Amino acid sequence: MLDIQHLTKVFEPGTVNEKLALENIDLHVNRGDVICMIGSNGSGKSTLFNAISGTFPITAGRILLDGKDITRMPEYRRSFDIGRIFQDPTKGTSGSMSIQDNMMLSMSKGMKGLKYSMNRKNQELFRELIRPIGLEDRLQDNVGLLSGGQRQALTLIMVCMSHPKLLLLDEHTAALDPKNARIVMELTEKYIEKEKLTCMMVTHNMQFALEFGNRLVMMDGGHIILDVSGDEKRRLSVKDLVDEFKKKRGSGYTPDNGLLT
Amino acid sequence: MIEGIFVEGFIFSIMTLGILISYRILDLADLTCDGSVAAGAATAAMCILSGWGIVLSMAASFLVGVLCGLCTAAIHNKLRIPGLLAGILTMTMLYSVNLRILGNKANVPLVKVTTLYRLFPRFFPFLPSEFSSLLGTLLFVLVIMLVMVAFFHTDLGTSLGALGSNEQVIISLGMNPSTLKYIGLGLSNGLIALSGALLAQYQGFADANLGTGMAVQGLAAIMLGEFLFKTNRIEFITLRVILGSIAYKALMFLGRKYGHIVGITPNDFKLLTGLLVIISLLVAYSRVHAAEDAAKKKALLRIQEAQNA
Repeated sequence: MLDIQHLTKVFEPGTVNEKLALENIDLHVNRGDVICMIGSNGSGKSTLFNAISGTFPITAGRILLDGKDITRMPEYRRSFDIGRIFQDPTKGTSGSMSIQDNMMLSMSKGMKGLKYSMNRKNQELFRELIRPIGLEDRLQDNVGLLSGGQRQALTLIMVCMSHPKLLLLDEHTAALDPKNARIVMELTEKYIEKEKLTCMMVTHNMQFALEFGNRLVMMDGGHIILDVSGDEKRRLSVKDLVDEFKKKRGSGYTPDNGLLT
Repeated sequence: MIEGIFVEGFIFSIMTLGILISYRILDLADLTCDGSVAAGAATAAMCILSGWGIVLSMAASFLVGVLCGLCTAAIHNKLRIPGLLAGILTMTMLYSVNLRILGNKANVPLVKVTTLYRLFPRFFPFLPSEFSSLLGTLLFVLVIMLVMVAFFHTDLGTSLGALGSNEQVIISLGMNPSTLKYIGLGLSNGLIALSGALLAQYQGFADANLGTGMAVQGLAAIMLGEFLFKTNRIEFITLRVILGSIAYKALMFLGRKYGHIVGITPNDFKLLTGLLVIISLLVAYSRVHAAEDAAKKKALLRIQEAQNA
C-alpha cells in the first residue's frame, strides 16, 4: 500500500543548522495495517509524517502509494488519498465557518465548482454523521465555538467522509483532557473498523501503543529501531519495549510527556 | 448635493466590496487596489473614446482589473513573498502602465462621448437627472451585491472563505491554495477596476492619480460599516460595506463643506482618513477590552454571591 524506500531528510543542508532528521528509512505499510508509532521527541516521527503527506520535499528516497510514485506530488494532491489529523484541534477545521459549511467542503476532494451543495438532503446527512458526538442540533454554529475535543471529533468525521486510503494521526488526542481523549479515541477505533482504514498513529503512551493496532514501530534518532506486528507485538510488555530501547541505544527511554502509564 | 454623496458612495462601495474580498475574506492585505482602480478608469475612458460602447468598455476594464489581481497573486504565489509586498509591487508598476493606457497623459477628459451617466437620464426620463444617476448606480450596486452573495454561497465561494480562516484545511481538502488566491484576487481587483470605470464616467475624466490612497479609504469604509451591526452572513456583510462606504463619503462631504470652519482643507483628507482607520481600530480594540472587563465584573459578582450564600 504505502512503500517508503531509502527515505532521507536533511533540514537546512549546508548551514550551521544542518540536521539529519531521517536517515535511510524503509517502511512498508500493508492495506489494513493499524500502526502505532512511538519514539522520543526529535526521533523523526513527525518528520516522517510530514514527508508522507508532502509538507516539504524530501532529500533522497522514494514514496509510493498503491504503486504510484508520489515523491514529487504537492501536498494538496496527496490529500486526495491521505487524510491527516494534527495535534492542534484548530488545524483541521475552519473556525470562522459553520459546522455544515465545513462538512460541505469535505464531501469531496479537489477544487470546488460554482454549484450549491448545501441542500436539505446533505444537511440531513451531516446531521446523521455528527449525531454520535452530540452536535446534531448545532449545524449552523461556528466551529470556533466548539471545544477542542468536539472539534477534533468533527475533524475525524470530516476526514473519514472522503474515505482516505491512508489515515495519519499525529498525536491527535494529545491536546485533549483524558475524558475527551478517550471519546475521540473510541470514535477513531470505530471509524477505522467501519471504514477498514489503513492508519498510522503517533502516540507517547506505550501501554496504549501495545494495546492498539496490529503493528508497532519505534523510532529513534531518525531511524526505525523496532518494527513488530501480529503475535510478536501481542506478547510485548512496556518493560520489553524499554529494554529493547536500551539495548539498541545504550540509554534510557526519555519521552516528553508522562510515559509508562 | 445629497444625491451626489450617495452616487459617489455607491460607486465607491463597489471598490470597497473588492477590498472586502481580499482584506476580510481571503485575509490578504492587497494594495493593488490603488493601481487597479486607476487602471479600470483609464481602460474604460480610452475604450469609450475609441467607440467600443459602454458595455464592452466596462467589461474590458473589469478584465484589466482581473489581470492586475492575477499579477499580484502570481508574484505572491511564485516568489513566496507576502501579499502586502506583492500588491505594492503591482501598484507601483501599474502607475506607469496606467499612464501608457492614457496615451502618456495624466488626465483624459470624456467629452463628446456617451457615458453611463449621460445615458441614465434617458433610461429614467420620469426622474430629474441627478436622481436618475442615483437610481442607475443603486441598481448597478444591487446587481453586483446579489451576484457576490450568490457566488459566496457556492462551494467555490465557501472555499475562498475557508482559505482566509485556515489555509491548512484547504490543502487537506485537496485544493491548491494558489489557485484560490488567483480567483480571489482576480475577482477582487476586477470589482475595483469596475468601480474605477464608473467613477471615470461619473466625473467625466480619467486620471492617473485617481487611485492614490484608495486602499486605505476602502479600509476606513469597511471599518465604519463594521460599527453598524454584527453579522457573519455574507448578505449582511456586503450590505454593511455599502452602508459604510456611504457613511465614509458623507463624512468626507461634511469635511469639505464645513471643514473650513476649523481650518481643514481637502489637502488634509488623506491624514484624516488614516486617523479614521486608526480611531476605528482603537474603538474596536477598546470594545473588546470593555467586554472583557464586564465579564470579569460579572465573574467576581458570582463568586461573591456564592460566598454569601
